[in-house]
Amino acid sequence: MKMNMTEAFDQALIREMKRDQRVICMCTMPMPALEREFGPDRMRHLPISENGFTGLAVGAALSGLRPVVVIRNTTFSLLAMDSIVNQAAKARYMTGGQASVPLVVRTEFSNGARMAAQHSQPAYSMYAQASGLKIIAPATPADAFGLLTAAVRSDDPVMCFEAARIASSSGDVPDDLDSVPIGRASVRREGDDVTIVGLLHTAGLAEAAADILRQDGIFAEVIDLRSIVPLDSSAIRASVRNTGRLIVVDESVPTCSVASEVLSLVVEDDETFGALRAPVRRVCSRPVPIPFSAELEDFVLPDVADVVTAVRSVLASELSR
Amino acid sequence: MSFDDADTLSMYRRMILIRRFEETAVGLRTGGEIYGPVHPYIGQEAIAVGVCSQLSAQDRIASTHRGHGHCLAKGADPAKMFAELYGRRDGYCGGKGGSMHIADFSIGMLGANGIVGASLSIAAGAALAAQFEGAGSVAVAFFGDGAVGTGAFHEAMNLSSLWNLPVVWVCENNGWAVRTPLSENVAAEQVTTLAGAHGIPSVQVDGNDVEAVAAAACVAVSRARAGHGPSFVEAVTYRMTVHAYLDKTVPDPRDPVEREAWRQRDPIDHYREVLTARSVLDGTADAGLRSTIEAEIADAVEYARRSPLPSLSSALDDVFSAEEGVLA
Repeated sequence: MKMNMTEAFDQALIREMKRDQRVICMCTMPMPALEREFGPDRMRHLPISENGFTGLAVGAALSGLRPVVVIRNTTFSLLAMDSIVNQAAKARYMTGGQASVPLVVRTEFSNGARMAAQHSQPAYSMYAQASGLKIIAPATPADAFGLLTAAVRSDDPVMCFEAARIASSSGDVPDDLDSVPIGRASVRREGDDVTIVGLLHTAGLAEAAADILRQDGIFAEVIDLRSIVPLDSSAIRASVRNTGRLIVVDESVPTCSVASEVLSLVVEDDETFGALRAPVRRVCSRPVPIPFSAELEDFVLPDVADVVTAVRSVLASELSR
Repeated sequence: MSFDDADTLSMYRRMILIRRFEETAVGLRTGGEIYGPVHPYIGQEAIAVGVCSQLSAQDRIASTHRGHGHCLAKGADPAKMFAELYGRRDGYCGGKGGSMHIADFSIGMLGANGIVGASLSIAAGAALAAQFEGAGSVAVAFFGDGAVGTGAFHEAMNLSSLWNLPVVWVCENNGWAVRTPLSENVAAEQVTTLAGAHGIPSVQVDGNDVEAVAAAACVAVSRARAGHGPSFVEAVTYRMTVHAYLDKTVPDPRDPVEREAWRQRDPIDHYREVLTARSVLDGTADAGLRSTIEAEIADAVEYARRSPLPSLSSALDDVFSAEEGVLA
């Protein structure tokens, strides 16, 4: 069935909440589809108090519920970092495996939506440092449906990052889709000349760049990461061993980003490193807070032209060995 | 509220167990046999014991960095606790948590916690789960006066009141947040007024009087079980030791006169006098009870000493649930 990202997330939650009475959803903003279906007990309206309500969700998860918390903006989730990083992520480990935290935190960042710095930061790489947390980043309605389903069914805390710019994008969700495994990337385009890795909005940038390059006879393989933790190192390495070239597109600033991690996975692996035919490149945001003015924001964020330029530059700078 | 002899002796016994556990832990720490932080509960035993005397195994508690007393009051095994303090395989957390993360989910002890204020959010969530279960269980958060200034405190208070959660907030007001006196830590003259501001009924009790604590907890727990929502108990007490034993132990900034005055109000000495006056306890019974506890503590320490070190590979376990162990 064709639906947009928001509908796909809703449909996944509705199906899981019907399937399992322990699943509840909590949000500071109305979620009408779920409210109609489940009423105010299981679709709870939250007072603004991110650390408090996320910590509450951790306590509920430790006690047998399976809460899904929707923190409207990723920047607001930073207020809940104690509950997510110190409590949810570490509980199982610190207690020697006694604790289980089946918690999902959904959160959307507004890069590209003219919302300025305090609403625009894809903070997933900050959370990737918290061992014990799984992180998903679905970019298509089918992946939104399948990955959120897997997240709700997981006995581990999962953060689901969503990009505001693709929230209304539509796609087909197969009627027989059950779930999409966490930790598996998808190959969106096959190609032998260069690997372009993206996630969320930047997976679409990578595809658009591949279309442009194809007109010049350059065939790019496009990988949509879909999950950040665990990161699908084998899919990335397999592709780069074939193409010998790698571009990673990530809307974060480059320092300690998902992009840097992808590059590390490639250059640390002897066989993949040996297959490289050109220097690897990151295409990220410029290292500043996101500005408001449309001209400035567009200048700071990576776009299709940046990806095309990066591909052409690595094609032009072959390693001499 | 009246207590039968078995209840009173059980509370007395449990307070001594906590005291001796803590004195032994401090001795092992200062003697260099164990390492890491030890935050003793010495002087505050009446609070954990009084509150937990009103709880059942299905009720859940969330604790603090000073959590040994809460564990023992809820029924945790001192041998597995000592093994954790020794960083051994048979400790509650297999040596991965240490003093500040001891938990026993089988008895509803959701864990000590290294973050001040976190016990409130976690207990609020446990109370929400209890509300869904619908079986009359409750959750209790223990926290110190040091938590009162945190956002987590006020956010949990507000949520519990909005949602009528079956939770009991137990503020162990020992007057000092590490080295900061209450007057420099909390603007309100009375901690209980902050509960009132969130629409939560509160009571202040003598935290060194186990029966007074138990009576206040009984009222609060009954309210929660009956679906009447959260209550707040401020138990006024005093920490009889330094904040923590560490590699470099923080000096005690408190006035020696103040410390001595509180030493005279030792909750265990006080309760022994009460029980003796009531003829529930005499010198012989007291000595017998203490020697049983002494043997239990000695056995617990011996169990810890004999427990093997954790395997190095165990450091890589328990990050994620086993059934989904696909990790890059």
